[in-house]
Amino acid sequence: MHWVFESGFFSSHPVHVAIVVGSIVSVVSAVVGVFTVMRGQSFAGHSLADVSTAGGSGAVLFNVNPLFGFVAGGVVGAGAMELVGVHRARGRDLATGIVLGASIGLAALFLYLGATRSSTTGASQQILFGSIFEIDGSTVAIVAVFGVICLGIMAAVQRPLLLSSVSIDMAAARGVPVRVVGLLYMLALALAVGLSSLAIGAILSTALLIGPAAVALRLTKRIGWAIVAACLTGVGATVLGVLLAYDSYDWNSRHAAWPVSFFIVIIIFLAYLVTELPFVHAATTRRRDVEPVMFPGVDR
Amino acid sequence: MSVDGISVSLSGRQILDSVSFGVRAGEFTGLIGSNGAGKTTLLRVILGLQRPSAGRVLVLGAPRTHRNTSIGYVPQKVLLDPDMPLRARDLVALGIDGHRFGFPVPSKQRREAIDAMLHAVDAESFADSRVGTLSGGEQQRVLIAHALIGRPQLLVLDEPLANLDLKSGQEIVSLLDRIADEQQVAVLLSAHEMNPLLPVIDRIVYLAGGRAASGTTDEVVRDEVLSALYGHEVHVHTLHGRILVVAGPTEESGLASDGALGTI
Repeated sequence: MHWVFESGFFSSHPVHVAIVVGSIVSVVSAVVGVFTVMRGQSFAGHSLADVSTAGGSGAVLFNVNPLFGFVAGGVVGAGAMELVGVHRARGRDLATGIVLGASIGLAALFLYLGATRSSTTGASQQILFGSIFEIDGSTVAIVAVFGVICLGIMAAVQRPLLLSSVSIDMAAARGVPVRVVGLLYMLALALAVGLSSLAIGAILSTALLIGPAAVALRLTKRIGWAIVAACLTGVGATVLGVLLAYDSYDWNSRHAAWPVSFFIVIIIFLAYLVTELPFVHAATTRRRDVEPVMFPGVDR
Repeated sequence: MSVDGISVSLSGRQILDSVSFGVRAGEFTGLIGSNGAGKTTLLRVILGLQRPSAGRVLVLGAPRTHRNTSIGYVPQKVLLDPDMPLRARDLVALGIDGHRFGFPVPSKQRREAIDAMLHAVDAESFADSRVGTLSGGEQQRVLIAHALIGRPQLLVLDEPLANLDLKSGQEIVSLLDRIADEQQVAVLLSAHEMNPLLPVIDRIVYLAGGRAASGTTDEVVRDEVLSALYGHEVHVHTLHGRILVVAGPTEESGLASDGALGTI
């Protein structure tokens, strides 16, 4: 891999920042993502990404750091979803679809106004598809703070959250404050989606949330190991993606680097395909003789 | 535990109308009623998941508190995804301290308690399998272990036999009977079919039309008691030790073929 050294990968400042930010974001997304996939709330994650797109593009319009916009949009969306009840929100496809459509519409307006008002034409690209190579030093600190808050919440609520993921009634009967736990989890999810929007873009943020978790859940039957595997997959994909994106500058004579988000998402996708291979997946499904009980009742 | 004059109305419809009964320590009580009779609602009131419009639940003579560890609960529908990274052993562990925030403190004592509980419900052979991949009867045993490991005085099960084949259902019933004895815990189990429970239950609470009759099976499952409960004539027939409740009037010679309320 001499070309990496030759092209100055390890001495480039934007690359350092990208790797630091990308790693924090990947770890946060992976930890939250394992619970998101397990709770069957990938949809909630995707909805928050849509709402945070509006937040991020609004922030650009008003010259605020887009990260705050992403997170604010996500938190408002998370609060609204928890108020309505996430499960009911999912049942109400029509209402949810219209609200999410409106969020993206709002994002379109903000991005258009932003593009016509200022000369920074790259805003849409940054908001929708990420800006991991253009993050300034002060934002790195904010990313770290949000990351620590998010991981702190997850560490605190893990057990009640797991119990209420198994059965909300069982948890409530044990005295778990299920609304509070649900709200804290949605807050963590909003933070994770916001951070991930900054790194790989609002449109693609769900990939970093769901992908590594989905890979991990196919590899192990213990939640602790699933979280470790998801973190490794996420960080691995992000670092490798940054490396390839940096290197892609030299791939053609016009020196047009490919977007890093593309590489990250594709690596996660390939990792998922690998876990679909029979001999990999077999590791967790030893009890083939038993018919899996798959969603009896169609309540989901 | 006693239930005292519980009434529940949901969106203007009266589900339960002053239901009262008691559960004594070490007793096995069957809560019997057809679908929609209000069994789940009544259990939810007992667990504190549903506020009654009238009446109260007393645990050891005192009103039940919100955080009640003296009642273990096995809900009717637990949808466990086969992809969920949760082993049977992990679900039992959540019964110890799943309501606590932060990280669990692993200890030898904790491990031993989990192993002992898995042994008590005959779940050792699948202790390390994902719960979602287990059969209905196996999942039921793990859920019972989860509910029991907190050392409750009352174990509440909502329709544990509903999705099981006859053999697994019978195994769960005899397991519960043994455990009620071993762990000195009262068992309150709801079912729409009373016959599988007849060999083990000490008392029966029969729900119909939002009202309840309770006592021993012989006291409750009688023509006059159930007719009063349903508000119209029903007859109890015993056939090879099985009880059938049918809507009357019937001819003396046999069971009514039409108008049956269901074989309960």
